[in-house]
Amino acid sequence: MKTIFEKSVAGREGCWPCEGLAEEAYIPTELLRDGDIGLPSASELDVVRHFTKLSQRNMGVDGNFYPLGSCTMKYNPKFTEVVAGLPGFTRLHPVLPQLQGAGGLCQGALEVMYETEHLLSEITGMHAYTLHPMAGAHGELTGVMLMAAYHKDRGNKKTKIIVPDSAHGTNPASAAIAGYDVVTVESVNGIVDPDALAAVLDDEVAGMMMTCPNTLGLFETHLPKIVKMLRKVDALLYYDGANLNAIMGKMRVGDVGFDIVHLNLHKTFATPHGGGGPGSGPVGVCEKLKQFLPISRVAKQEDGQFYLDYNHPKSIGYIAPFYGNFGVVLKAYAYILRLGGVGLTRATENAVLAANYMRKRLDGHLEVPYDRICMHEFVASAADQAKKGVRALDFAKALLDKGHHAPTIYFPLIVPESIMIEPTETENKETLDHFIDDLIEIAQLVDTNPEALQAAPVTLPVTRLDETKAARGMELTDDL
Amino acid sequence: MPYVPHTEDEVREMLATIGVDSIADLFAEITDDMRPKSFDLPEGLSEMEVVTKLEAMANKNATDRTSFLGAGFYDHYIPAAVDALTMRGEFYTAYTPYQPEASQGTLQAIFEYQTAVTRLLGMECANASVYDGGTALYEALMMAVRKTKRRKIIVSEALNPIYRVMLESYTSNLDLEFVTVPHKDGMTDIEGLKAAIDGETAALLVQNPNFFGSINDFTELFTAAKAQKAISIVSSYPVLQTLLKTPGDMGADIAVAEGQSLGLPLSFGGPYLGIMTCTKKMVRQMPGRIVGRTVDSEGRTGYVLTLQAREQHIRRQKATSNICSNQSLCALRAIVHMSALGELGMKRAARVSIERAHICADRLTAIDGVEMLTKGPFGNEFAITLPVNAYEVTAKLTARGVVPGFPLGRYYEGLENGLLVACTEKTSEEQIGIFAEMLKGALR
Repeated sequence: MKTIFEKSVAGREGCWPCEGLAEEAYIPTELLRDGDIGLPSASELDVVRHFTKLSQRNMGVDGNFYPLGSCTMKYNPKFTEVVAGLPGFTRLHPVLPQLQGAGGLCQGALEVMYETEHLLSEITGMHAYTLHPMAGAHGELTGVMLMAAYHKDRGNKKTKIIVPDSAHGTNPASAAIAGYDVVTVESVNGIVDPDALAAVLDDEVAGMMMTCPNTLGLFETHLPKIVKMLRKVDALLYYDGANLNAIMGKMRVGDVGFDIVHLNLHKTFATPHGGGGPGSGPVGVCEKLKQFLPISRVAKQEDGQFYLDYNHPKSIGYIAPFYGNFGVVLKAYAYILRLGGVGLTRATENAVLAANYMRKRLDGHLEVPYDRICMHEFVASAADQAKKGVRALDFAKALLDKGHHAPTIYFPLIVPESIMIEPTETENKETLDHFIDDLIEIAQLVDTNPEALQAAPVTLPVTRLDETKAARGMELTDDL
Repeated sequence: MPYVPHTEDEVREMLATIGVDSIADLFAEITDDMRPKSFDLPEGLSEMEVVTKLEAMANKNATDRTSFLGAGFYDHYIPAAVDALTMRGEFYTAYTPYQPEASQGTLQAIFEYQTAVTRLLGMECANASVYDGGTALYEALMMAVRKTKRRKIIVSEALNPIYRVMLESYTSNLDLEFVTVPHKDGMTDIEGLKAAIDGETAALLVQNPNFFGSINDFTELFTAAKAQKAISIVSSYPVLQTLLKTPGDMGADIAVAEGQSLGLPLSFGGPYLGIMTCTKKMVRQMPGRIVGRTVDSEGRTGYVLTLQAREQHIRRQKATSNICSNQSLCALRAIVHMSALGELGMKRAARVSIERAHICADRLTAIDGVEMLTKGPFGNEFAITLPVNAYEVTAKLTARGVVPGFPLGRYYEGLENGLLVACTEKTSEEQIGIFAEMLKGALR
């Protein structure tokens, strides 16, 4: 499909933003650019049609089952968009509450933040939250910065952070960017093993980043023991909230001893992912870490008025220009209010039910390396099929042809040819059955018609794309 | 239950397939000692009740004030097509385009976004976005540190202070040295910056127009940086960049921008859009997603995420950044916004905004005791000096219905009487008149 630039005709007018046109040149010529910029020149209809057609070349939860493991692609309720689009929120300038006497002009927005922080605290058993991190990985970085601030304050000399081999790639990257050395601990039977941990744990460890259930969808049964081991060396335990959808109402990470947690509102709390963001990655902490949270903090006066509090001398400072992705936070707040405590627990229960149902139905058709009760997701392996020339990648592409978005593949790294399936609670049984039937059919084709699978997809706007050519050619814009 | 479709019969069937008696059995591994000590959450509400509650909360925010607030974040008009197109579920309920064949819509839109922002900033390459203008600056700075293997960073004090405090926080655990070159009465001190650059300098950070609205040509400054093999980084304002000499033409190595003014509502601080562009030479240091054009097995044009060896899911702790989710939908809004207004509409919005700001500056400085703080050329934002404390005036006027701007004393010692005033194409001459009259009254 042609780009909007290829469809442009110089001089063609789009929407007129405003009447009146400045005649006077207010800025000297030597400070101005020459010639045309090369922005699109198309009619409004041309633009609407172009982007409508582009959207039709995309899969999304609204149109397709999207069991992308570790991404919790649940249905995004439409009413939350209405809420986030209220002019009373969208038109609010973020600097306003920082002006003298103007806090009273944003009480509604400050209340949303205050209430959301408290709801997230209760859901996870943490002492306090910041809503500033703008995505999960941004939350991780914030969390590691909090660890650093804690140890600095205590006079601890810490240089290392432990990350299990099953962790998301963002975990080691976040730790490294904050200036720590990353130490990997290997899993045993799919979970963190206390003996393996003991072998790498010493006084120089600042903390450990874990997710529970882990990326294999398995519950970390040694958790209480791990907490004790870390406490002994004054190391902090970090919870990657990517998998919170598995435990709401069943376990609170604060209660079991996690010190820092980030949540992904765009996963567990149903805000749309937008094809790669905006997300929101609030960070919760235990009591002793509250003083280090980023500023500003939203607080409540005795008379019930909300205000921004900057008076936290031990704070790590500013990790966002203002208060995070407020528009995303609004949607998550509306979702939590809609579901309530019972609804959140039901979401978790049904997410775990759906994952186990699919895991069991797949039995005998595709290998499931850790075949026991899983949480909200499970990992299958196409290692056997790969010996016959059909890889996890081919399964993924064949599923696209059947109208499903593919599961996550080749992650976690510890399972060869992994296919990571996360159905979520919002998909009906027919959809789950349909997907499994299709997956079984694909598995059967491995012996009878592997070429067809290797050639998939054939029903989408494009077939497999040449990634090597993309990397070598470096055509990153219409001009290169 | 909202958004859970299973009937009781279906749940029973599914449990039977799994081979357990109850849902509770699925959670048996969470032993009693790990169960919640509390889960005291409110009861769920109907959709109507939640909307009503949130409408009431939205109404507690005063958005009826005439506002001259900017400080890097501007209220430009957003064509209706932007919402209509970007709210299509195929776009906004998709994840990161890991399966390119099923994500050509997102991928091509991002490719077009990359094309538009590189042309706007006169640079060669762009990524698919980072979180905001401040994190874009931080990432740019880290690119420079990796590329030069040096640790000294020179920053103009006329760079947005909201970003300067962010940079300070992000780098507090890293072994970097910051040299801040003071502004000169609201001007970027080009000579001072030049003098600060030496053989140890990794990066030079400036802004155009600077925080006080003043417009510069940094060509000479960037040439001086290049002579010392330091990386020149400039923070830009996309709307004005339709008219101004580009960072590329000035010789910048990296140009970043807050993309909020390209079709994103102010929305109390986010979601916004971190625009990152650079020269081809720097692209392998760039963080985040980058879309590239290629062909499929039939020779048709298609788009993929490319140069992924830089990224965390491949390189883990050796990645250029930890970023995973970015602001993709915001980048989509930006390209739709730029397409809907088009080249001519974008330039018109910029020119009208500049005109309004100049009318406003004339009206305000006609008041006794009010003087321009910004010297020389400016765009749609400028700073004035009041005869009294700007904080107090701001409070007074805000209470009467006009938010007059940003009091500079919040970040700049000695500028307690300074006020930063912004206009856009949405600012009417009538509003400017009311503001001027009100200010005159307040100063009397």
